[in-house]
Amino acid sequence: MRRVVVTGIGATTPLAGDAHGSWDSLLRGESGISTLEQDWVAKYEIPVTFAGQAKVLASSVLTPQEAKRLDPSSQFALIAAREAWADAGEPELEPDRLAVDFATGIGGVWTLLDAFDALKERGPRRVLPMTVPMLMPNGPAAAIGMALGARGGVRTAVSACASGNEAIANAFHRIQRGEADVVVAGGAEAAIHPLPISAFAAMHALSKRNDSPEQASRPYDSGRDGFVMGEGAGALVLESLDGAKARGAKIYCEIVGGSVTSDSYHITAPDPEGAGAARAMLDALAQAGAGIEDVEHVNAHATSTPVGDIAEYTAIKRVFGKHTDNLVIAATKASTGHLLGGAGAIEAVFTILALKNQTVAPTINLDDQDPDIPLNVPRVKTQLVRPDAIAISNSFGFGGHNAVLAFRSV
Amino acid sequence: MAHTQQEVLAGLAELVNDETGIATDAVQMEKSFTDDLDIDSISMMTIVVNAEDKFSVKIPDEEVKNLITVADAVNFITENQD
Repeated sequence: MRRVVVTGIGATTPLAGDAHGSWDSLLRGESGISTLEQDWVAKYEIPVTFAGQAKVLASSVLTPQEAKRLDPSSQFALIAAREAWADAGEPELEPDRLAVDFATGIGGVWTLLDAFDALKERGPRRVLPMTVPMLMPNGPAAAIGMALGARGGVRTAVSACASGNEAIANAFHRIQRGEADVVVAGGAEAAIHPLPISAFAAMHALSKRNDSPEQASRPYDSGRDGFVMGEGAGALVLESLDGAKARGAKIYCEIVGGSVTSDSYHITAPDPEGAGAARAMLDALAQAGAGIEDVEHVNAHATSTPVGDIAEYTAIKRVFGKHTDNLVIAATKASTGHLLGGAGAIEAVFTILALKNQTVAPTINLDDQDPDIPLNVPRVKTQLVRPDAIAISNSFGFGGHNAVLAFRSV
Repeated sequence: MAHTQQEVLAGLAELVNDETGIATDAVQMEKSFTDDLDIDSISMMTIVVNAEDKFSVKIPDEEVKNLITVADAVNFITENQD
């Protein structure tokens, strides 16, 4: 099996319009969550009036024609993928050997619902001819594949909030097996729209701290009351170690594991025993040929929901036992909110930068840590000590999806 | 109020520019939408629907395939506007 490395990163997040800017903001302990000023909030009496909106408008980065033909989810995806591609030095290779694995949790929800509004108000002829390619969940992956000329297979993982990690795991395995040499992988989401917000609010999944949005996303805190929706995208360029060395590419780190399991327990609730999540972590480490003591850092899924955070703790404890106390944990959704299908991708970027810089970013809003979750979650930025450290990044999704990535410093 | 041929050309050029980014002064009467301006069928349908709104005209789907050049579209709109 071939070894696979990360040679490019890109992101557009509620913290900044690029990967390094997002990381720097995270290190400063900033929040990307703010009050929604859109007129639909009052018009529909949306019960949750804040979210993690992309810091940089996609329309300010893309050409007007690109923006017109792409759903916002694809716009974010293309921006992050182009940044990652440029960061990787725009590798030259046969188009047949270049592939894309890019995820979304929900797909083109803005396009779909705008089109339905046009249909109801103005009739079928006013439904845009681009509606179908814009709303399809493979739209972000297809847009990237077209932009970069990828002919080695463009694929989309759809597993709710585990989608981004699943896509990256798929990309990793493709290069391992020799099916592609370079894969652009990641995830995007653009669901800050009245319908998804109302729907998540209806299931009491969202924080209701309308009066203090920056404090609303508070994983592991006793006062956590739900997740905060975010939008944006993260992207990686993965390639074979041999290929990266041959072209003299800069290497961030090695990706050494990517595992997907399922709970088969409940459509939305996590298994309280954390069995499926634990299996995903153990399997990712087995793929890495690593033991639990080799893991120094975990970017946790940690969405700030009362039951989700504790279920993940149970799973971590189940895997790491006494070594749990040695893990340096980051819950970066405290700053970014939850990007759903984009979450795993931006958290992969943060995990990679944590290894590269041997620094774990602070977790904000952790004022009163839940005594039932005694994890080591630094409030200040913290150095990693092992030069060969392994870091894992967890993502779990409605449907009982568990997807875990493992990275190792090189 | 009916638009003159010159007004229709200028308005159509704006719609083409808005949809595709093609410069308005490249949209000239003798140009073919597909061969010269490289406008695909999806963009063409969007331009047609927007032109219907802009010029208060109905352009039936079966007519669109006859609109080969910019002049074809300008003439159809000029002759069929309300």
